[in-house]
Amino acid sequence: MNKPANALKERRQINSNTLLLLITIALFIVMYVVGCIIYSSKGFTHLQTFLNILINNAGLLCVACGMTCVMLTGGIDISVGALISLDCMILAQGMSEWGLSTIPLCILVLVIGVVFGMFQGFCVGYLEIQPFIVSMAGMFFCRGMTAVISTNQVSVPADSLFYKWANFKIELPFGGYYNKKGILQVPYIRVSVVIALIVLLVVFLLLRYTKFGRSLYAVGGSEQSAAMMGLNVKNTKMKAYMLSSFLCSIGGICYCLNTMSGSVSQATGLEMDAIASSVIGGTLLTGGVGNVIGSFFGVLINGTISSLVKTNGKLLSSWANIATAALLCFFIVLQSIFAVLKDRKK
Amino acid sequence: MSKVRKLTQMKLFLPICCMILVMLINVISDVAQGNGAFNFFSISINNGLLYGRIIDILNRGSEVAILAIGMTLVVSVSAGTDISVGSVMSLSACFCCMLLAGYGVSSTNEFAMPLIVGVIGCLAMGALCGAFNGTLVAYLNVQPMVATLILYSAARAIGLLLCNNLIVYVRVPSDFTNTFFVGYDIFGSYIGPIPTPIIITAVCVLVMTLVLKKTALGLSVQSVGINRKASRIAGLNSQRLILLCYIICGLCAGIAGLVASSRITSADSNNIGLNYEMDAILAVALGGNSLGGGKFNLAGSIIGAYTIQAITTTMYNMGVSTSQAPVFKAIIVILIVVIQAPPFKAFMANRKAKRDLKRAAKEAASV
Repeated sequence: MNKPANALKERRQINSNTLLLLITIALFIVMYVVGCIIYSSKGFTHLQTFLNILINNAGLLCVACGMTCVMLTGGIDISVGALISLDCMILAQGMSEWGLSTIPLCILVLVIGVVFGMFQGFCVGYLEIQPFIVSMAGMFFCRGMTAVISTNQVSVPADSLFYKWANFKIELPFGGYYNKKGILQVPYIRVSVVIALIVLLVVFLLLRYTKFGRSLYAVGGSEQSAAMMGLNVKNTKMKAYMLSSFLCSIGGICYCLNTMSGSVSQATGLEMDAIASSVIGGTLLTGGVGNVIGSFFGVLINGTISSLVKTNGKLLSSWANIATAALLCFFIVLQSIFAVLKDRKK
Repeated sequence: MSKVRKLTQMKLFLPICCMILVMLINVISDVAQGNGAFNFFSISINNGLLYGRIIDILNRGSEVAILAIGMTLVVSVSAGTDISVGSVMSLSACFCCMLLAGYGVSSTNEFAMPLIVGVIGCLAMGALCGAFNGTLVAYLNVQPMVATLILYSAARAIGLLLCNNLIVYVRVPSDFTNTFFVGYDIFGSYIGPIPTPIIITAVCVLVMTLVLKKTALGLSVQSVGINRKASRIAGLNSQRLILLCYIICGLCAGIAGLVASSRITSADSNNIGLNYEMDAILAVALGGNSLGGGKFNLAGSIIGAYTIQAITTTMYNMGVSTSQAPVFKAIIVILIVVIQAPPFKAFMANRKAKRDLKRAAKEAASV
């Protein structure tokens, strides 16, 4: 008697939540294969192309992990792009003008992330202000603070430890090929990719196996039931925002390892990419459903789109933006259709 | 005491208070700089045009005031804000300039199409964007801010595509001296001695006020905002009302985009309407409207919009740069929202009750 019931349960689970994730993974594979077929002459099939997507989006991956945690509680954080620009500016300006060394600056950036997240989380959790308003104010605050530090484009000096980190190649033992001149091209990744993958793994374990991770899902599923179960809803929300801003600061360091500079207009629209990655990866905007593996594929889809646009060379870069927004729109519509169907079943 | 409380609970208390505060700061800074104390209020006519700081604020604040009209309705009806208004402004301006200059043309000295086509195209584009947002919010039940996030990011990109990645200049000046020729700069310059944006804003506010006074729109919007389900049961078509409000908001963004691009007689997709969504939301909050939806007060929002412009102008006056200004606005937003937050109100009421209790206990002890 038990077996069919279990099977039924499993099938239902695949129907509702896993389906979005499966669509995402299928979409990524289709997109990448199509890219390989169309642009095979331009080197899209090499392993390095895929690794470059990872290298270029290491910062975004960290941010998307944090964004997923916040979105699980039913909130949203649109201050991440601005916070990254502030981080990059502090790193660049700190090394070139203030004469600080790399390690203290990195710690400073992380501390700023935690304090900033704590303030946002306090406003959302304890004062019950809409997360969008709070994080929008946070976004403008960070952008403004970046401008207060400097309005120029500041670059990281070449003699710093940070510069060495940025140029450190981790060569992979497989997947090498000989180019036209007969020189062996070994595929490589950067330090930022390692950081991002560690973050991904830690957040995955955190969400799956710790008390805090499970309470995020509980709060997002239903605040009232979570409170009745004895969870501290306000505190959980605040911690979610702290985690998001902390991961965003790690993402800021990864981002800076890529760009090696700080400027006011850096990382504009990154919040959009992060939210899109989470939503495409199957995180529900209403909270309670989703995981970081989906967000990882969301980031990969995002990276593939911009990589395709770049490889084409003739398209304007705004096409990547439009494609991401269209995908976001598609998945939002899909989610709401699922929600309507679920309501009907009840 | 009761009189003071009556005053503080008046609808327009917060916006007017802020306005007076900003004016006071201006007067003080004028005196400190050694100018006349009432320089801020002086209005003169130079070269047949009105001139003065008040006029400047009214002129420059037009876009925010127009946006605030639509934003007030959206906030009231759906308890969420439309964060795409700045981008929609830029998109409609780009569309207008593209129509007037022709696709792919970077600079033009004569219209490719009559001006009226451009204007109608601009407004239609705004309304279309509003309809897109409204459909997502009303019929698909998406959270307003997430729904508008799509256009927030995509509209500027679409605008760049329409303009072929260029800044499109429409350099067709008006000429009233010899012939009656209306150029593209008309919406951002002067009609007679009065700046046109002020006239446009006045017309928009007048039309909206008349609509709200003469029809049941205002009442229905508030009712949907307070309780969507109950209003539907009472016979209001909530979904269509929400859609209508978003379309009005988009239309307002279109008008604001027209004014903003006419000021510089060009369409700069990356910079038109930058950070305006923040100003519009701030205007609504400053106007004493709750961001949680429900009752609204249009006059408050308009005063709020001009207050923000006054704050901005004052900041520029004191030497704060354009890119640094958001810091202060963000702090003001957070302050206002925290004051409005229910837990904060409860906390204050609790403290006051405790204080009253203590006083009563003291009195009892002394007796």
